Amino acid sequence: MLLRSAFVPRSEFEAGTGWRLKAEGACQGDVCIPLSQPAGDPVDVARVARDIGMPLVAAPEYGLWALGPASIGSRALASAQAPDLRLPGLNAKEFRLSSLRGQKVLLYAWAPY
Amino acid sequence: MWQALRNELHPKGFELVTVGLDTQGDAGCRAFIEAARPEHPSLIDRHHVLAGLFGVINIPSSVWIDENGMIVRPAEAAPAPPRAAGSAPGFSMPAGVPQRFVEIMAEAAKIRKDAQGYHAALRDWVEHGAASRFALSPDEVVARSRPRDNAKALGHAHFQLAAQLEMDGHHAAAIQHFREAHRLVPESWTFRRQAWSLEKVGDGPLARFWQGPNPETPGAWPYAGDWLSDIRKVGAENYSEPWRP
Repeated sequence: MLLRSAFVPRSEFEAGTGWRLKAEGACQGDVCIPLSQPAGDPVDVARVARDIGMPLVAAPEYGLWALGPASIGSRALASAQAPDLRLPGLNAKEFRLSSLRGQKVLLYAWAPY
Repeated sequence: MWQALRNELHPKGFELVTVGLDTQGDAGCRAFIEAARPEHPSLIDRHHVLAGLFGVINIPSSVWIDENGMIVRPAEAAPAPPRAAGSAPGFSMPAGVPQRFVEIMAEAAKIRKDAQGYHAALRDWVEHGAASRFALSPDEVVARSRPRDNAKALGHAHFQLAAQLEMDGHHAAAIQHFREAHRLVPESWTFRRQAWSLEKVGDGPLARFWQGPNPETPGAWPYAGDWLSDIRKVGAENYSEPWRP
C-alpha cells in the first residue's frame, strides 16, 4: 500500500494490507502474527511492518513510502479468507468485496494494454 | 462474453467483479468499460493491489470466492467463455497496421487457453458450491497461491511506488522502481506490461500496445525486455500456466 505518512489510521492499514489488527496480533482469517506491541490507532507502520515481515520502500524526496505484502509461509496467501478488497469504479465510488457476501464471486483481472 | 455468462449465472447467486489493472486509471479503462456496459461491479486498480492481496501476476486471471468470503480457487488464468459454434470472431486485424502488431497478435494467438475445462468447472461450482470438486480446500488454496519471498514482496512495494510516481507525473523516477519490480518479480507479466504500456510509441489508439522500443530510437527503451522479445523467449504457449482441476 502507498503511504504519505509513517502513521496511518487503523482502518486504512487494514484495507490496504488485508491484515486485521486485533488483540492477538495481525490476522488474516485464522492466521495471526503476534505483534511486539499493540498496533494502536493510528498505526506505526514501520513497526507493524517489521513484525509481520512486510518490506517498506521509501522515496522521501517525493514524500512517499510503499509497503509491500507479507510473505507468510512463502505464499501470496496466508489464509484462504479473502481480504476485503476496496477499489473504486469509474464513478470513483468505493466498492467493497464484502458487500457481496452471500453470493459466489468471480474476481476477474484484466487490463486495457 | 463474460457479461452474457454473468447474466446467465446471476440468478443462481453468482456475481462477476471485473478489475482493470491500470495505473492510468479511468483514462486507460473508460472506453473498454463503457463499451462493455457492465451490469456487475467494474473496478479500477491503479496500483495493482490485486497482485499483493491475491497473487495476480497475469491477465486475464480470476479468483473464485464463495458465499462466506472464502477463496476457493486462487489466482489462475481465466480464458474467455468458449464461443458458440458459428459465431463470429471478436477481433480481426485491420489492414495496414505495423508489422509489430501483426507479430504480437500472432504470438497472442498461440497462448494456451483451456476454455472448455475452466468454464465447465465454473458452472459446476456455481451449481454445486462446496460440493464441487473444483472448489478447493482452504489449505489447497493457500498452497496453490503464488510463491512469495521477501525479495518478491519488496518487488511489489517497488511496483506500487512506481505506479504512484507515474500518477504524480514523475515518469523517470517511476521507471527506476518499475525496473526493480521487474528484477525482483520476474514472473509477473502485469508488472512488465504495465510499465511497457506507459512508453507509448506514436500517439494513436494503438500506442499503448506497441510495448517495445521505438524503431527510430531503440536505445531509449528503458527496460530489459519488451512484449515480443519476452513472449518469444518463454514461448507463447507458456504465457499462462496450464489449467489444472
